[in-house]
Amino acid sequence: MGILKLSGITMKFGGVVAVNNLNIDVEKGNIEALIGPNGAGKTTAFNTITGVYTPTEGSVYFNDEEITGIAPDKITKKGIARTFQNIRLFKNLSVLDNILIANHLHIKSNFLSSTLRMPWSRAEEKYMKKKSEMLLEKLGLLSINNEKAHSLPYGEQRKLEIARALATDAKLLLLDEPAAGMNPNETEKLAEFIRTIRDEFNLTILMIEHHMDLVMEISEKIYVLDFGHLIAEGTAEQVKNDPKVIEAYLGVEEDA
Amino acid sequence: MITNKKNTLFRKLNILTVIIAIILLYLIDSDIVGNQYIKRILNLCAIYTIVSVSMNLVNGFTGLFSLGQAGFMAIGAYTVAIFTVPVELRESIFYVVPQNPVLSQIQIPFFPALLIGGLLAALVAILIGMPVLRLKSDYLAIATLGFSEIIRIIFTNIKTITNGALGINRIPAIPSLELDNFNISFGPMWSIFGIAALSVLLISLLVNSSYGRAFKAIREDDIAAQAMGISPFKHKVMSFAIGAFFAGIGGGLLASLLGTVDPKQFYFTMTYNFLLIIVLGGMGSISGTVIASFIVTAGLELLRFFDEPLTLFGVNIPIFRAGLRMVIYSILLMVLVLFFRNGLLGQKELSWNAIIGWFKNKMPSHKKSEGGAL
Amino acid sequence: MTFEIFLQQLANGISVGSLYALIAIGYTMVYGILRLINFAHGDIFMMAAYFMIFSMVNFSLPWYVSTVIVIAATILLGVVIEKVAYKPLRDASRMSIMISAIGVSFLLQNLATYLFTGVPKGFPDIPFLTKAISFGNVSLSMVTVVTPIITIILLFVVLFITNKTKIGMAMRAVSKDFETAKLMGININNVISSTFVIGSGLAAIGAILWGSKYAAVMPVMGVMPGLKCFIAAVLGGIGNTTGAVIGGFILGMAEIMLVSFIPPLTGYRDAIAFVILIIVLLIKPTGLLGEKVTDKV
Repeated sequence: MGILKLSGITMKFGGVVAVNNLNIDVEKGNIEALIGPNGAGKTTAFNTITGVYTPTEGSVYFNDEEITGIAPDKITKKGIARTFQNIRLFKNLSVLDNILIANHLHIKSNFLSSTLRMPWSRAEEKYMKKKSEMLLEKLGLLSINNEKAHSLPYGEQRKLEIARALATDAKLLLLDEPAAGMNPNETEKLAEFIRTIRDEFNLTILMIEHHMDLVMEISEKIYVLDFGHLIAEGTAEQVKNDPKVIEAYLGVEEDA
Repeated sequence: MITNKKNTLFRKLNILTVIIAIILLYLIDSDIVGNQYIKRILNLCAIYTIVSVSMNLVNGFTGLFSLGQAGFMAIGAYTVAIFTVPVELRESIFYVVPQNPVLSQIQIPFFPALLIGGLLAALVAILIGMPVLRLKSDYLAIATLGFSEIIRIIFTNIKTITNGALGINRIPAIPSLELDNFNISFGPMWSIFGIAALSVLLISLLVNSSYGRAFKAIREDDIAAQAMGISPFKHKVMSFAIGAFFAGIGGGLLASLLGTVDPKQFYFTMTYNFLLIIVLGGMGSISGTVIASFIVTAGLELLRFFDEPLTLFGVNIPIFRAGLRMVIYSILLMVLVLFFRNGLLGQKELSWNAIIGWFKNKMPSHKKSEGGAL
Repeated sequence: MTFEIFLQQLANGISVGSLYALIAIGYTMVYGILRLINFAHGDIFMMAAYFMIFSMVNFSLPWYVSTVIVIAATILLGVVIEKVAYKPLRDASRMSIMISAIGVSFLLQNLATYLFTGVPKGFPDIPFLTKAISFGNVSLSMVTVVTPIITIILLFVVLFITNKTKIGMAMRAVSKDFETAKLMGININNVISSTFVIGSGLAAIGAILWGSKYAAVMPVMGVMPGLKCFIAAVLGGIGNTTGAVIGGFILGMAEIMLVSFIPPLTGYRDAIAFVILIIVLLIKPTGLLGEKVTDKV
């Protein structure tokens, strides 16, 4: 059994079935991708994993532990972190603060000792700062750590959002369209970046992505969703040649 | 090197400011400078500073639109009023409906009573916060306003505890701290300013701690904050309760300063004063709030002449009469919101660096001499 | 309690409730479109009552002429407030625009205190509304009987406007999705103004009925009804006109019933609304008739 398992997840909104009986088993250490045309239910699936929605039916397991319907902050504490389709940084705060905030979930000091700057809280704060700076350095963001998040160029913002998710010490990273709005050159760099962080931080990565080049290049396994149904899964080669996938995508291409 | 030199300079300037403030405090408290009226206004300013900074913690730093400050102040004020009035005076104060027989025998010294008042306000905030803080910001405004009114309505009705609409008077003044060995006495002003300084210090330390960052994260984007493992609910309740604690402290000090409390004082429009202060000072700026507290509170007192009939050269100017002050006051709030939304400092804090930068900008010709002098 | 007194109180509750309903419609419509609690709405209602005094006492105009003038003046006030205090803040944070609304509310109260003093002023007598009529042993003033009828008629008028007219359709579109409606070429500013026209007009009618019932007008008279009617709107399901009316009725009835059945709690009359608010928000935050809205992540 993999690190993340979705078993029979169904999500209904009123009469609309956004995700229908979805089964996914993400292997530890893999980079896997969830693809499909717009409105296929990919982000909804993410939201059921991260606790934003409680699925109408089915269960989510993380490291063999059921996490269905747990609050998003508790799920992050268990080791799943995410990024958002439309970047959600803490815009008016500095890059460093964005990372420091993601360290707060592990804090041992309570608010009183933190406020009164007790020695152990000082030590903890110092440790958090050190850890955040090391992370920023690793990702090449340390030089801009005092900039406000909203002042960064788009690509850097995406990178910072991934860095912020990493700062929670997550074991599983969910990336919601990390390459959205990037040109081919930037996308290429992103692919490299995703691989590097996977290796460096021993991560498992599940991502939603529309850039097929990126998906095909780095994913060990791909799931294809269409109208809430899982229509195919497998390696890039297997998925690419699946007639159902071709049909689903051709249908969309005509719209676009 | 240069920054190091600068930092030592700034530290010296900070110490100097504190020393000047203490000397001023001494001169005014011992009536060498100023008079009772000025003393009273300054005390009021300090109390408003406590409440406004605590409101900014909730509204400016955590992004919750709470309008409950008046209610929490009432809790602190009544706690001090009920427990510090000497037992022998109770009967004559509660002359319509006698005070609850148990309460009427309990008398607590001022400082413990003040602390209890703050803690009670925080406790009520937690109880209120549990249901209310799950709401979106705008419902929260109405709900907190409503609770502040409910607290007032309850205080008007539980006559055996609060003396109802008559209120409680003859509340003893804040005791002076005597140092008998040195023959020095610190008047109430020392306590008020000391507590105000301590409150501001504690809140700024909190805001700059990891918890403060979590508050700001919730203000910026609570969904992202939650995705980072921060429980918005827990932190909102925390911020709300801490804000209420300091509002309670402010209320307790106010009760003792004025010597009397009644439910009408804590009408919810009182909260609008603090709202004006934090908008003027800058939502999310502590130093801005402190400055704005003094400007607004002193301004409101000093502008009382707007309410007096004015006769210029024997002609009575008809627009000067009771109520004009508050009209000007509310127009000021509107102008601020519409045209100066960031207030004095926005989310920034005042620092020597900023002050010097400001002066340099204003007086480019003096740049050299200014730099030399400093 | 005799049956007659019960009937009397019942009629009273319905009439207070329908007054709340009239004001609540204004709240619910503005909230539906702008997602703004128009804190000034209760004070617009208060100003309308003063307008009536002006028109009938200071200018000695007959009540029917005054009614028209007061409605027009109140509508003007409402629209001007929107243009001056809310429109410039369309892109600002929710908190800024709410502070602006509080500012307007505070300004209107202070202005009224300054202009008319805080002393309650007598509301001019409208003989047609204040005369008493009896049904058997139950004696009621005309205004108590007329208010619910007027409210129901006006509810149908508002429903007709929102459901059957072009501007009503635009209103519904804007309240469903502000941005998309804007992109579809709907003139947002017209829609918002129309909302304030309807809301303020109803507040004016409410003020005239209120004045005839309670006979006294003062600067803070709008505050409590204002807060309560917003709560009535939340209770009914914010954004839903019929819900606002139902919410208003429930709230009015609850208050009158508390006062008449449990007299020792009379002092807590103003607290009921807030208790109801908390209960609603805990059990069904969308209110009785509201639709569920999920946040997009």
